[in-house]
Amino acid sequence: MDFKQWTGFDKSGEWTKEIDVRGFIQKNYTPYEGDDSFLEGTTEKTKKLWDKVLKLYEKERKKGVLDVDTKTPSAVNAYDAGYIDKNLEQIVGLQTDAPLKRAIMPNGGIRIVEKSCEAYGYEVDKETDYIYHNLRKTHNDGVFSVYTPDIRAARSAHLLTGLPDGYGRGRIIGDYRRVALYGVDVLIEEKKTELEILNVDEFTEKVIREREEIYDQIQALQDLKKMALRYGYDISVPAQNAKEAIQWLYFAYLAATKDQNGAAMSIGRTSTFLDIYIQRDLENGTLTEREAQELMDHFVMKLRMIRFLRTPEYNELFSGDPVWVTESIGGMGIDGRTLVTKNSYRVLHTLVNLGPAPEPNLTVLWSKNLPENFKKYTAKISIKTSSIQYENDDLMRETLGDDYGIACCVSAMKIGKQMQFFGARANLAKTLLYAINGGRDEKSGKQITPRYEPITSEYLDYDEVIEKFDQMMEYVAKIYIKALNAIHYMHDKYSYEALEMALHDKDILRTMACGIAGLSVVADSLSAIKYAKVKVIRDESGLAVDYSVEGDFPKFGNDDDRVDEIAVNIVKQFMRKLQKHITYRESKHTLSILTITSNVVYGKATGNTPDGRRSGEPFGPGANPLHGRDTNGAVAVMNSIAKLPYEYSEDGISYTFSITPSTLGDNGDTQVKNLVNLLDGYFKQTGHHINVNVFDRALLEDAMEHPEKYPQLTIRVSGYAVNFVKLTREQQLDVINRTIHEKF
Amino acid sequence: MKGRIHSFESLGAVDGPGLRYVIFMQGCNLKCKYCQNRDTWDIHGGEEYDVEEVFEKILRYKNYITPNGGVTISGGEPLLQSKFLIELFKKLKKENISTCIDTSGNVALTDEIKELIDLTDLFLLDIKCINDDICKDLVGVSNKRELEFARYLSDNGKKMWIRQVLVPTITDVEADLKKLSEFIHTLNGVEKVEILKYHDLGKFKWENLKLKYPLLGYRTASEEDVKRAKRIMDFDM
Repeated sequence: MDFKQWTGFDKSGEWTKEIDVRGFIQKNYTPYEGDDSFLEGTTEKTKKLWDKVLKLYEKERKKGVLDVDTKTPSAVNAYDAGYIDKNLEQIVGLQTDAPLKRAIMPNGGIRIVEKSCEAYGYEVDKETDYIYHNLRKTHNDGVFSVYTPDIRAARSAHLLTGLPDGYGRGRIIGDYRRVALYGVDVLIEEKKTELEILNVDEFTEKVIREREEIYDQIQALQDLKKMALRYGYDISVPAQNAKEAIQWLYFAYLAATKDQNGAAMSIGRTSTFLDIYIQRDLENGTLTEREAQELMDHFVMKLRMIRFLRTPEYNELFSGDPVWVTESIGGMGIDGRTLVTKNSYRVLHTLVNLGPAPEPNLTVLWSKNLPENFKKYTAKISIKTSSIQYENDDLMRETLGDDYGIACCVSAMKIGKQMQFFGARANLAKTLLYAINGGRDEKSGKQITPRYEPITSEYLDYDEVIEKFDQMMEYVAKIYIKALNAIHYMHDKYSYEALEMALHDKDILRTMACGIAGLSVVADSLSAIKYAKVKVIRDESGLAVDYSVEGDFPKFGNDDDRVDEIAVNIVKQFMRKLQKHITYRESKHTLSILTITSNVVYGKATGNTPDGRRSGEPFGPGANPLHGRDTNGAVAVMNSIAKLPYEYSEDGISYTFSITPSTLGDNGDTQVKNLVNLLDGYFKQTGHHINVNVFDRALLEDAMEHPEKYPQLTIRVSGYAVNFVKLTREQQLDVINRTIHEKF
Repeated sequence: MKGRIHSFESLGAVDGPGLRYVIFMQGCNLKCKYCQNRDTWDIHGGEEYDVEEVFEKILRYKNYITPNGGVTISGGEPLLQSKFLIELFKKLKKENISTCIDTSGNVALTDEIKELIDLTDLFLLDIKCINDDICKDLVGVSNKRELEFARYLSDNGKKMWIRQVLVPTITDVEADLKKLSEFIHTLNGVEKVEILKYHDLGKFKWENLKLKYPLLGYRTASEEDVKRAKRIMDFDM
């Protein structure tokens, strides 16, 4: 292949012969080890445009949603072109024909769409409603037509929680860069070749399914071209400059968000790729630094405007309506060169130019070998905006190479070569209570699992509890995988992500991404049973409803091996139990310790636990200790969390860390240096992920009372950032009550 | 070898350069009226730890405190347990972990103390008050040994940060601050001069011990007080 748009690129290697974005990057990118002094502020156009967006935000905040198209089911090419202000926008393209107007995506489930519309005072168009109720089966219908009574029971008792059976699974990252580098026609040709590979003698179910999927992918790519044409761009050919590269890439991502309302619609690892185009233009003299930053600002503005129509329950679970436009930044190449470029700075600099924001979910891939200047810059922006998360590149590069990206919060995957079946999480705190009660729910008293022998002794015996907990985990693992298999079978069948998958290779690794909620509650409970005395309080029906703890016990989050090892073992044991079960499409079992903000909702559904946690109280988010339990400072918490084995939890281990500025140091420079040392230390300790918040409690309290003063106040919760003033009061209190370290 | 320790702080960012593992030793030979760790005075208090045990604790944090930070020993008065610290610091040196002692320096310069000084990379030297009359009243002993200690560090090429707690109307007298400044100018190895604001956050510890807080009625120092002191002392701090 050769294109005039590739003039000036190093064309050696394989990337001109086959789809190989990584190869292109490696041959053509310019590592940058300098500081941030080259960065530019906002242009007049950016200011005006961002002002317009902020005004739209304000209207949206008042109404809940700005507008909904209740008739047209969303699809890649379902809508006319839409603009905020055509004269100002450097990068164009909206999900529907007007800014912040939300689309309906009934392929996932019509009832959810109805509920979402009703919640904001809209009604689904009658004809559309009729079609989806009577003629077109949805993902949600499919799942519930095969769910078994045991799955339903576990689901309604919140033993299994947040399953993507009523909403889009997401967590798939299309390699949107391919569109910019090759143009859509090359990608279509590639898919046609793949189809030909599947022209085989034995027409098995697998072959037929794959042929249908690839056929759909080709259709989606055709639609993508048509969608771009509505905006006046022909993207069948490669992008010829920086502006086009960003535009092409964004069109591809935009098409994905028109095709799917996924629980996380992450964008991948794009900034260093784009830097190659920007650098070429800068060197040609066809672009200035100021214009380059303007392009990135406008691109990021668009990413901040991605919206989905969701139910209030969904928003309660996830705190606002996050999209997880996760962009992975920096990291090191396997050849030892850093993947940090000037554009890694530019994308982070949007937090300064446009102010802090939860989206895109800016994720720095941290390595001890990152350029010191870049480390300091990210720390500086963290301290200023609390909008960045960090993940351990040195840990992930070993298995994933140097062209992976983060989907959602912590889920790493090779771009274009891997996808996951998102599996939400199992409530292990409840599992422990079921072990004690023989499968009866501690709140309702109902028998949720088959009848197991309950514990009847007055005081809990550690060995007996462990044995019963083990059995109960066995059961939960079984129905969990059953549920996930059903969900993903039906998702593929009724709501296949044709556009995103068109931007993948033919043969990909699929992971079955299971999750744990309530890890620190279980670890502390078992520790209490082992190291203190735990007396059971039962109601008249013999149901254990409360516990009284006599004596002290080691608590997770204090770098105390006695309890930390319990936590490590739970992770290993549960993973091994999951691995016993056959997964849909031979996907590889993985596990995450990540709750997002649903730790509040899960806690609400879970009764008193043997560690002394009261019924209804939130769990610790992700792998965090239960708040207030960590009394040895932040670094002891880090050490505890870093002990959790990444090898058993490759889908990510999330830690949210909050600290006051004065604890980090007495002046700006010291704070930056200390934060860099802290991150270096945590990742050397093999920690996987960390959210960094730097703020005073008083600031959050003020923001609760006077939300109007803090429209852009952004804080990191497990795995992503939220707009603080958009949280419910309950969630705000949860954030404030979490440990904000005033000492290390 | 055992040492009496009041408590550990897994990391501090304000007691020496970089991130530091901080150990508060038990026992003190002064009676500072503004003491914020009143519970560290009793030399029989705290808990006993083996050198090895403490060393192991520190190693858990090695990834955070190297290469830029280190270990800071505070108290209490760390120099009262010099034998323990000599053993500990020898081990830390082998691990390339930087050592720092936060002290008033109010001890006799015995050979043992000199050996410990040799093993210490940095001193946070708390000069109580350059005016000896005020010093005796404020902390119960003369500043003579303190100043000799400082001189010894200076003569032996040791690095130090000089600290002065600023208590309004007691340690903020203009003439004294000038004198302190002059004294510091005669020392080598002073990397930093820190004016610490007097605060009463440790008051509750006195109350917990059913003791009367000696500085009742004295106001805490403000940012303005610090600015004024810095102006008088005329250091680039």
